[in-house]
Amino acid sequence: MTALIDLLAELFSYSFIVRAMIVGVLVALCSALLGVTLVLKRYSMIGDGLSHVGFGTLAISMSLNLAPLRVAIPVMLLAAFVLLRVSENSKIKGDAAIALISSSSLAIGVIVVSLTTGMNTDVCNYMFGSILAMSRGDVYLSVTVAALVLILYVLSYNRIFAVTFDENFARGTGIKAGRYNALIAFLTAMVIVVGMRMMGALLISSLIIFPALTSMRVFSSFKRVVICSAVLSVVCFFVGIILSFALSTPVGASIVIINLAAFCLFWAAEKLGLRA
Amino acid sequence: MLTCRDVSLSYGGRTVVENVSFSVERGDYFCVVGENGSGKTTLMKGILGLLPLSGGRIEFQGVKRTEIGYLPQQTVVQRDFPASVREVVLSGRLNRCGLLPFYTRRDRACANDNLERLGISSEAGKSYRDLSGGQQQRVLLARALCAADKLLMLDEPVAGLDPVMASELYALLEKLNRDGMTLVVISHDLKSAVSYGKKILHMRRGALFCGSTDDYAKTDLYRFMSGMGGDGA
Repeated sequence: MTALIDLLAELFSYSFIVRAMIVGVLVALCSALLGVTLVLKRYSMIGDGLSHVGFGTLAISMSLNLAPLRVAIPVMLLAAFVLLRVSENSKIKGDAAIALISSSSLAIGVIVVSLTTGMNTDVCNYMFGSILAMSRGDVYLSVTVAALVLILYVLSYNRIFAVTFDENFARGTGIKAGRYNALIAFLTAMVIVVGMRMMGALLISSLIIFPALTSMRVFSSFKRVVICSAVLSVVCFFVGIILSFALSTPVGASIVIINLAAFCLFWAAEKLGLRA
Repeated sequence: MLTCRDVSLSYGGRTVVENVSFSVERGDYFCVVGENGSGKTTLMKGILGLLPLSGGRIEFQGVKRTEIGYLPQQTVVQRDFPASVREVVLSGRLNRCGLLPFYTRRDRACANDNLERLGISSEAGKSYRDLSGGQQQRVLLARALCAADKLLMLDEPVAGLDPVMASELYALLEKLNRDGMTLVVISHDLKSAVSYGKKILHMRRGALFCGSTDDYAKTDLYRFMSGMGGDGA
């Protein structure tokens, strides 16, 4: 026990870890909220596609010596719009089209990197994440984005539920469903931009998908699933970051592993007949 | 209450509904029948504004777009959706909320009334995905009633239900109609349409028949389609 407390005390004595904690908790919270809708609407590939586009964008902006976020934010918002269109319009080929966009942007990023800077640590960090990546500016950005996500999510919660559960009914009774789909996609893009450099482009989408899928094993009302996802996501983030510090493992991968463990636990609980 | 004039709709570049005209009066039990692919659902989506019209006009009299209840066909997404019955039924009230982000006490009371009306109050806390097909359909109907004051549009309300549940649902609809609700019901079950409906629109891209149920029952079209003799049987 004292070992754990010592570990935590040491952890919080580093300002870069405190920054990473702040950004991480906010990103984990927001992505869990958005994830419930994305998973239920079968849009989880959008999150995956966005993170790959994010890697391509970061790689290009790095090789051009541009500020990564200034390039990434507009490109990601555009990508969110395109990916949403693709998955809405052609239901059958949507997932294939998104896979095409993801792997293409990853490939473009890798080519650009190998032609310019070469595969250095920065590139590796973009792919697998780094706890050192968070600056003071990132903290401000993540607080702004998180505040935006939380306010908009709470205010549109009932409408988001309606659009997620039954888009046709929602539209038939006068809700502008397209607006809420776009809102979800844009907010997801923003959350991915903020969280990508810490979690890694290849792993950030797990923050969106895991908590929602895990909560759905056991909880059976929308509100409970949303609340459980949010709590679970933050808890998994904390455990993951402590694990990463204790074992010197990459932070993104550690968090994903903890999420996987939580999923298995909930899955077992469901098999044992535990429902709430 | 609802008038369609020469309405045409296309879907995926193909004309699915062509020059259909009819009107629904207050208190009608209006059945739209036809084979699969005859454009029934597309027509209903056109009326609800979910699909753009490629021709013609639709006019509502004495009812606003936000006062129509709609019972769509179930989607794959819904079958294992983690939502409580109350959450689903309440979402029918969203069209009354205007700019308000949350439900009022009146919305909750209305949801409770409709849960009771359909005999599913005891299920309110249960999860939608744990219910039987018949009960799920009742939940969706309760949601539609929360949205509807005067006009209810139902797309294949008994699809996937066993005969007992289907006749229970028909009895419910008849009661609603007697209480003053105007119904537009899509069905491919001709016999029940004829026995419950007041007016029939028989579609095959265009309107093959539109008029009162009694007249429809006398046509060769009905005898042929329902397999009760006539030219084809």
